[in-house]
Amino acid sequence: MSAIDTFLYLSPMAIGVSMPILAASLGGLFSERSGVVNIGLEGQMLVGAFAASYVSVRLYPAIGAAAFWLSLPVAMAVALLFSALHAVACVSLNANHVISGTAINMLAAAFTVFFSRTVTGSGVIDVRGGIMRYTFPGLSNIPVLGKILFTDTYHTTWLILFLLLASWFMLYKTSFGLGLRSCGENPHAANAAGISVTKYRYVGVLLSGALSGLGGAVYALCFDKGFTGSIYGLGFLALASLIFGRWNPWGILGSTVFFGYASTVANVATVMPAFAKFPTVLLKVFPYVATLLVLVFFSRTSAAPKAAGEAFDKDKH
Amino acid sequence: MKRLRVPKPFIFAVAAVFSGFVAGALLMLIIGKNPIVGYAALFRGAVKNPAVSLSAVGQTLIMSAILCLSGLSLAFAGKVGLFNIGAAGQMLIGGFAASVAVYRLPTDCPKALTIAVILVVGAFGGAVWAGVAGVLKARFGINEVVATIMLNWVAFWTVDYFVRNYFPRDAYVKTTSRVLPDAMSLRLQWLEKIFDSRFVNFGLFVAVAMVVLTWFIMNKTVFGFELRAVGANRFAAEYAGIHAGTGTVCAMLIAGALAGLAGVTYYLGYVTSIQVGVLPSYGYDGIAVALVGQNSPGGVAAAALLFGVLRSGKDFMTIETGIMNELADCVIAIIIYFSAAIMLYEKLSAKLTKKRAAAPAAAETGGGKP
Repeated sequence: MSAIDTFLYLSPMAIGVSMPILAASLGGLFSERSGVVNIGLEGQMLVGAFAASYVSVRLYPAIGAAAFWLSLPVAMAVALLFSALHAVACVSLNANHVISGTAINMLAAAFTVFFSRTVTGSGVIDVRGGIMRYTFPGLSNIPVLGKILFTDTYHTTWLILFLLLASWFMLYKTSFGLGLRSCGENPHAANAAGISVTKYRYVGVLLSGALSGLGGAVYALCFDKGFTGSIYGLGFLALASLIFGRWNPWGILGSTVFFGYASTVANVATVMPAFAKFPTVLLKVFPYVATLLVLVFFSRTSAAPKAAGEAFDKDKH
Repeated sequence: MKRLRVPKPFIFAVAAVFSGFVAGALLMLIIGKNPIVGYAALFRGAVKNPAVSLSAVGQTLIMSAILCLSGLSLAFAGKVGLFNIGAAGQMLIGGFAASVAVYRLPTDCPKALTIAVILVVGAFGGAVWAGVAGVLKARFGINEVVATIMLNWVAFWTVDYFVRNYFPRDAYVKTTSRVLPDAMSLRLQWLEKIFDSRFVNFGLFVAVAMVVLTWFIMNKTVFGFELRAVGANRFAAEYAGIHAGTGTVCAMLIAGALAGLAGVTYYLGYVTSIQVGVLPSYGYDGIAVALVGQNSPGGVAAAALLFGVLRSGKDFMTIETGIMNELADCVIAIIIYFSAAIMLYEKLSAKLTKKRAAAPAAAETGGGKP
């Protein structure tokens, strides 16, 4: 297989796997742009994966494949409620964002397995079917692009790409987005301008819950076919994408797709002769090392929201 | 009347632990179990019947020792104003480095030398891994939280790759590293006899020694004073002639070494092989230990015992009561959550003192309006 053929062959899988990361990373973007550091993306994704799997299994006998689609908004809602814990701690109780985020991750890991074992008897929920791949008739015949975008895709990919567009529009083209970003850059100025920092930060964190819940649900239904008690560090990969993409929606799209290809190549390398001798560990650690290198290279001009991680107290300056 | 002054942070730590247990009790009620029975089984499971066998006590102690070492790692970094969320990755690297070193040792190597090699290489591996984050912070100002999170996953995949490809258990099981014989690990025969359990190992003494050593370094040496100064206010420390960057790197090196020691106690003592595909949860539980222990070595040791009990009694609770053992992990996570949300207690206590202050004032004015 030539290089371009290999690339095209891997594309459906790489694009597919990068979408859940993109969703969670967009969630992280809303949270951090509003000024709340969120390392709990992993936990929020896990809760989404659990909720989607549970709802799918419960509703499938009654309504069939519609259960998978219905489970997505449910997973978003459950993860949103779960992220409210982080919001309350960080916004209302001035908690350390990193400690609260760690608690969110540990809580998600413990809670989901606890409930899954209590209600189903095992720590695993198997979903039969899940969301299926779809090849667009006609469009898939377009050279190159047809293979990358319209062959073996999931409908959820288009949903998440739409959310990316919507997020960009919300953050950069609306007064809501300006307000949200100002809370992450200079909350005191925002407050003086009559913006409720508390309200915007709550919205930012809750959106991160909903979006990473969607990411977890999509991963569970498309790839894992259920809940397995882990989301394999995808939430931290989303965090790396957020930093590598320099806290910008289009940068995040680029970094998640980039990381998606890296992890796909690493996963198939063992069965592809072209990569047989290649040390796959380099591809696996690539996202994390690349993120650190980007931070090193841009250490003088940090792109991070200036007030991210800082508690906001109206009375203190 | 003189009132007894209890330091506020201590009260908050106790309140966080209490809240965690209350939330755990609520969870048990939700699934229709009796929390008193549940907790009783949990605590009984941590000691079982010491008159017959000390195995449960030994299990609790060795789990506490691992938690203590990873907690000390976070506490040491914490004193210098650094949050070492990478203890899990440092444990993994320390355990892996020591395992590789022991694979290379001749099988007739004296036990004392084996133990020395394990401890030195393990501590060194952890220190190097954390030191990278320290240098990134000191030299480029990169947040140590981000750096250590990324390094955790680099460790995760690196160890995964090398275990699968170079040190698998056998031709069939590639997700576990080659099992070490007891003689080539931190396990000691006389400890096994006392505690009637193979899990109890030399790490127990390492943990105790490190509690004393970190206390000594932090409180009795100039070096420790300088580190604490950097943690309290790095600009003031710089002004006083202390090099904050060097302090940051040193603190991360020591924190990493402590995590590495936790790693060898776990991977080359409690178990004798490395399972890939998971970061050791002890590394994250260390956060709870350091928070509840208020970053002081004595406090960390006490908190480690508490969480050691939670960890070691949970399986017995599942067998006795049918309550899933993840409940204990829920309690630990909730304790971390409430330790972060310290303001909650601050607000509560402010409200209480306001009420208390208001009550006598009202009494003095006679309670009536003129």
